[in-house]
Amino acid sequence: MSDRTTKATIKDFFSSYFHGYDLKDDDDIFAVGFVNSLLAMQLVMFVEKEFDITVEDEDLNLENFKSVNAIAGLIETKAANVG
Amino acid sequence: MEVNPRQRAEQAEFRAFVDQEILPVADLFDREEKIPSSLMEKLAHKKYFGPVIPEKYGGSGMDFVTYGLLHEEIGRCCSSTRSLLTVHDIVAQAILRWGSRRQKEYWMPRLASGEVRAAFALTEPSVGSDAKSIEMTATDTGAAYILNGKKRWITGGQTADLFLVIARSQEGPAAFLVERPNPGMRIEAISGMLGVRASMLAELHLENCRVSKDAIVGRAGFGFSHVVATALDHGRYSVAWGCVGIAQACLQACLRYTSRRKQFGVYLKEHQLIQRMITDMTTNLKAARLLCLQAGYLKEAGDPGSIMETSIAKYAASTMAFKAASDAVQIHGANGCSSDYSVQRYLRDAKIMEIIEGSAQMQQLMIAQYSYQHYQY
Repeated sequence: MSDRTTKATIKDFFSSYFHGYDLKDDDDIFAVGFVNSLLAMQLVMFVEKEFDITVEDEDLNLENFKSVNAIAGLIETKAANVG
Repeated sequence: MEVNPRQRAEQAEFRAFVDQEILPVADLFDREEKIPSSLMEKLAHKKYFGPVIPEKYGGSGMDFVTYGLLHEEIGRCCSSTRSLLTVHDIVAQAILRWGSRRQKEYWMPRLASGEVRAAFALTEPSVGSDAKSIEMTATDTGAAYILNGKKRWITGGQTADLFLVIARSQEGPAAFLVERPNPGMRIEAISGMLGVRASMLAELHLENCRVSKDAIVGRAGFGFSHVVATALDHGRYSVAWGCVGIAQACLQACLRYTSRRKQFGVYLKEHQLIQRMITDMTTNLKAARLLCLQAGYLKEAGDPGSIMETSIAKYAASTMAFKAASDAVQIHGANGCSSDYSVQRYLRDAKIMEIIEGSAQMQQLMIAQYSYQHYQY
């Protein structure tokens, strides 16, 4: 999956949470204010199912999840390690 | 949405076991406020502790729908027994999801065999729904963490060998595995509860309780967002199915009672106001079971929507079970208020289900937020 497609897919996921908000690739999703207590795990399950990777305990770092760019970077790194 | 023939066959096996081993003695457990160790051993022998643990760790690798059916059948007979399995499985799921490789390799086989029994320690004397305000502290000394504080209403706490304890560290909330015995942990039994009376609740007093640095599950700072979220999601799933079991028990009790007791010269089942309660019980039970099935299939598929659907299933099933149990007592009249009939236990147990694993009000907040986010208006 291309980098653009990855980011577009991530933004599609967020669109239902960030109703009407134009989320930018570098926006801090925790600072935008739409995050609830369920989103963190929903995000983990989304990236695992959509991109066929496994998020593990050592991946638990806010830097990996704070923006669309960061999540795309995590997916790229995990996919490269698998490949 | 249906269960497949294999799942149906497994449910029949679960039913046969619980009808023989649990149903005849569930009221006694309730009165004595205790599940005997002999039953715990039978449950372990049947591999009902941590059945979804993968086979590579010694588990059964049971799918989530079959797991739901197991918890429905146990919940139909005894919510206390189901609760002890629930909290054990909550801890297993948290380790399976966020534990280190070493933690998984060490704990999974022990949790799958039931040799080690686990409990989840989140709630505190002053902290319930507002879980992020926990007061228990975890101080990093460099070589270890020192835990201080109290945990209350800990299901299975009287007998558990392993606790998943949530505390506040310098880096944020964190989840710690605390083994029993630990010289810094004192355990006090709690008795006299309204419902789920045999779930062997305890209060944990942690005073300079030392745990090693590798006792953390996941990473410090992610205790709530990931570890507790995983744990409670699993807990809600089990409770939802347990509630379906309670309501099924209520329905069967009412069908039996209304077919045997006469008032005004006819069996109760001939009275239309009784029929209305039976109708509501049947309809709402079927609706809740379908929500549970949907959540189960989504869980099995690893679908992120499963988390919200589980919350909806738990809310629907717990409120449904309480209404079913209330109507069951109403139908049974004075008999239903006596210890001669189990429906009074179902009512007391069902009330607890509206409180635990996120109260009905907390589910309402989440579900309303979900609706505003996901539907056009």
